[in-house]
Amino acid sequence: MSDEHVSSSPLLAVRGLAFSRDETPIFGPLDFSVDANEALLVQGGNGAGKTTLLRVLAGLLRADAGHVEIDGLPARNESRARHIAYLGHLPGLKADLSALQNLEFLCGLHGRRKAQTPEAAMGIVGLGGFEDALARTLSAGQKKRLGLARLWLSPAPLWLLDEPYANLDLDGINLVNRMVQAHLRSGGAALITTHGAYAAPPVRTRLLELGAAA
Amino acid sequence: MMLQAANALIRRDLQLLWARRGDALQPALFALLTVVLFALALGGEEKSLAPVASAVLWLAVLLAGLLALDSLFRSDAEDGSLEQWMLAPVPLWWLVLIRTLMHWVTTALPVIVAVPLLGELLHLPHAQLPVLMASLLLGTPILSLLGAVVAALTVGMRRAGVLVALLALPLYVPVLVFGAGAVAASAQGLDAVGALLLLGAGLVLSLLLAPIVTAAALRIAHN
Repeated sequence: MSDEHVSSSPLLAVRGLAFSRDETPIFGPLDFSVDANEALLVQGGNGAGKTTLLRVLAGLLRADAGHVEIDGLPARNESRARHIAYLGHLPGLKADLSALQNLEFLCGLHGRRKAQTPEAAMGIVGLGGFEDALARTLSAGQKKRLGLARLWLSPAPLWLLDEPYANLDLDGINLVNRMVQAHLRSGGAALITTHGAYAAPPVRTRLLELGAAA
Repeated sequence: MMLQAANALIRRDLQLLWARRGDALQPALFALLTVVLFALALGGEEKSLAPVASAVLWLAVLLAGLLALDSLFRSDAEDGSLEQWMLAPVPLWWLVLIRTLMHWVTTALPVIVAVPLLGELLHLPHAQLPVLMASLLLGTPILSLLGAVVAALTVGMRRAGVLVALLALPLYVPVLVFGAGAVAASAQGLDAVGALLLLGAGLVLSLLLAPIVTAAALRIAHN
């Protein structure tokens, strides 16, 4: 992604998206779009369907109805993979590998920005000195930070962050906000779910309220 | 991109193998135990052991593989690695194929390497060893690939050990029949090439189809 990225269509456009599990509607139909240089805050209480929405957008779940367009084209698995970096509740770390080994594997899997190295990213997220620590010995907050390092290395322009502030200390919350800010400034976009108790990043944001599951 | 992802996955699995090198010996030890117990139960005499040696070795390898099957995707599903696989810019079937082959290398290959030694315990006629090794090298990858489908189908369940065995065994039977059959045929002086070629054809077919089915099963189980 570069600053020159100009496109008439929004990075992510969603029309009439609905999802239900066992006949019970979880959310929707929803309409929204996210442009480059923009963040969308998805707010709602527990069980409102925030995580489900992000999983549907990432392609982990199949929606019942509606369209998802990425960069003006209907979302397919390949276009999702190129455009989306997803930070979920599960860190996706192998407990028996060191922090750096985990990060190197995830970079190999997803590709990484050429200008960045895993070692530098670990420094940025405040894990400098923990390179050789086994993932099983990291705290929940440190695992979250490792997930943020993966995100930082990812070449994908659209970040889907599921409760990125959970488990993080004040310093970590600032870190998330700074990272989102830098990512948006370089032409990216982010969807951030939160139950509303944290400070939002100081960027151009839209707000999407999800009601409690009907 | 696909090669880079494959490299990363192979590296990761080797690092994991090294981190848990005690567990890595488990299938080989299980096969050794089976063979030793068989030899003891049959009295350890050459005339009672030699006729059944190749069949016992095939069974030991098959059961050792079955034991390791449940671990194929379980930990990756539980810690969220599987989610990251599905979101990666490479096809899921490709990662599944690499993972299955790595699983074969780390669980089945050590047992196969030990087979010549285990064969000595069972008084396996030396003439049968080459055919036995060939049938194992062709047959056990099929077991891993078919087993991957079953492991993927049951990955969403908590304790699926028995179910995995029940689902996998009928799929394993033809492989066992042709694998052990090839050795039995050569023992009777018949040509084993036919059975080996059939195993080879089965291997090609399962290499092509099993990863795709496994990937689909993983996506279904993950919902």
